[in-house]
Amino acid sequence: MIVTITGIVALYIFMLAAFTGYEVIAKVPVILHTPLMSGSNFVHGIVLVGAMVALGNAHTTLEKVIGFIGVFMAAGNAAGGYVVTERMLEMFKASGAKPKPGGH
Amino acid sequence: MESSMLGGDARPWLIQASYLLTAFLFIMGLKRMSSPVTARSGIVWAGAGMLVATLFTFLYPGMTNFGWMLPAIILGTALAWWTGRRVAMTDMPQMIALYNGFGGGAAAAIAAVELYRGEAMSLTMATLAVVGGLIGAVSFSGSLIAFGKLQGLIRRSFRFGGQQLVNLVVIAAAVAVGALLASGHATGALHVSAFFVLALLFGVLMTLPIGGADMPVVISLYNAFTGLAVAFEGFVMQNAAMIIAGTVVGSAGTLLTQLMAKAMNRSIGNVLFSGFGETGGAAAGGAVTGSMKPIEASDVGVMMAFAQKVIVVPGYGMAVAQAQHKVWELCQLLIERGVTVKFAIHPVAGRMPGHMNVLLAEAGVPYDLIADLDEINAEFETADVALIIGANDVVNPVARTDKSSPIYGMPILNADKAKNVIVVKRGQGAGFSGIENALFYLDNTRMLYGDGQAAAAQLIQAVKALG
Repeated sequence: MIVTITGIVALYIFMLAAFTGYEVIAKVPVILHTPLMSGSNFVHGIVLVGAMVALGNAHTTLEKVIGFIGVFMAAGNAAGGYVVTERMLEMFKASGAKPKPGGH
Repeated sequence: MESSMLGGDARPWLIQASYLLTAFLFIMGLKRMSSPVTARSGIVWAGAGMLVATLFTFLYPGMTNFGWMLPAIILGTALAWWTGRRVAMTDMPQMIALYNGFGGGAAAAIAAVELYRGEAMSLTMATLAVVGGLIGAVSFSGSLIAFGKLQGLIRRSFRFGGQQLVNLVVIAAAVAVGALLASGHATGALHVSAFFVLALLFGVLMTLPIGGADMPVVISLYNAFTGLAVAFEGFVMQNAAMIIAGTVVGSAGTLLTQLMAKAMNRSIGNVLFSGFGETGGAAAGGAVTGSMKPIEASDVGVMMAFAQKVIVVPGYGMAVAQAQHKVWELCQLLIERGVTVKFAIHPVAGRMPGHMNVLLAEAGVPYDLIADLDEINAEFETADVALIIGANDVVNPVARTDKSSPIYGMPILNADKAKNVIVVKRGQGAGFSGIENALFYLDNTRMLYGDGQAAAAQLIQAVKALG
């Protein structure tokens, strides 16, 4: 472990992050609900770094297999979440903007 | 464990700095994603954050098993990237469910590695590992069921008497085994395995009875679950990036779930513990009087071409018929003639709130022509034509008037207030919920029967014929 985050400090981080999440989303228009859900789905793909550390410290074969599955799924969460969010948001444009050539 | 920057190992410091940067990029990214003007750049900011954190994590002291790690990362990324590129916009909700389930599964896997290892942990840490594992596993199996349902792989609803009781027993058993594990009263692979089997089973049982129409709310809820699971496992791993990102998603996802449920006129408890999403409307008869009056496309063409203002109300049926491109082509013709055209989007017009906006955006409709319920409802009175295409329940005036209707109280688009209402519809059947639509029988309503795409093509011809 590099830094220790325990006790009251952990609770502070938890509380402030929870408020941040609430405030960031609070005023979002309905038109962005789906992309935003997809975007927040991408953000929890950060579980990848935890899965990497868990696999990186695995000893038994069982731990390694579970770690492998964890890293695989986390990478899927991050990559898939990014691609679908990006594809959805790419399409939002104002009437002044030129349409994308050859779009499907 | 404090490392000095001078002469000591700089890697821990670098990792922490990278995680701080990642947390900043995530929050800025989400912030930018909450406005249509900056949304596109938001995901790029967040993506940069993910890349930074992933790369610096390789610097963790004492890491091994790179022979396992790299293939896992490459395989997971490649498969998800490939499927994510190919999926049709109409199928987006279930793909989000699938990727979200993967995240929950990964959080559960972290918990599993820690628990199977069986090293002594403090009560706090062990509890967080167990709770995170439970939530992650439920999110994993539940999301997979949600995916299966929306994808059409699971068609039945699996409801039986005493179902709630069975679910309660399963979750209670999972919590009990989890408590034994956390407190150190139970150890060993058998107990750990039993814990995860029970948790996964609960996710399946909890999701199976929920109807397709309610699934978006459930997916959003599992999204928040996964966020929390990631945050809890972040405490176990002492990983600030996971704690912050997971908590932000947990709270943002909870709020988003509430907003969605509200837009659908449901409470979250109602969604989870009742079966309206599939059976609603079975009791609906209602006293609808009058008759449906058909109209020809050529007449509608004239009506719209010489209108001042036309409001289009699209529904999921339009997307199923792949009519959005034709509809936009029609609207462009009208705009060229000087007609004011707007799109009115009900929050549940697509499979989930905002889904219809994505589908219209795909067809090239600029977002500033698209208005949501609150913005547009007052404007229907000044509209010459309201063109309803593929929408049904969301324009049903009984939601305002008939207290016995299952959709009573649901906010609807007041299309009936327009001077003329044109409903494009395949046939005379009832809507998704099976409720008879009083709008179709109004004096100012005309029915244009036919497939959405074909009808839109006829209207284009009709408007063009006017020169």
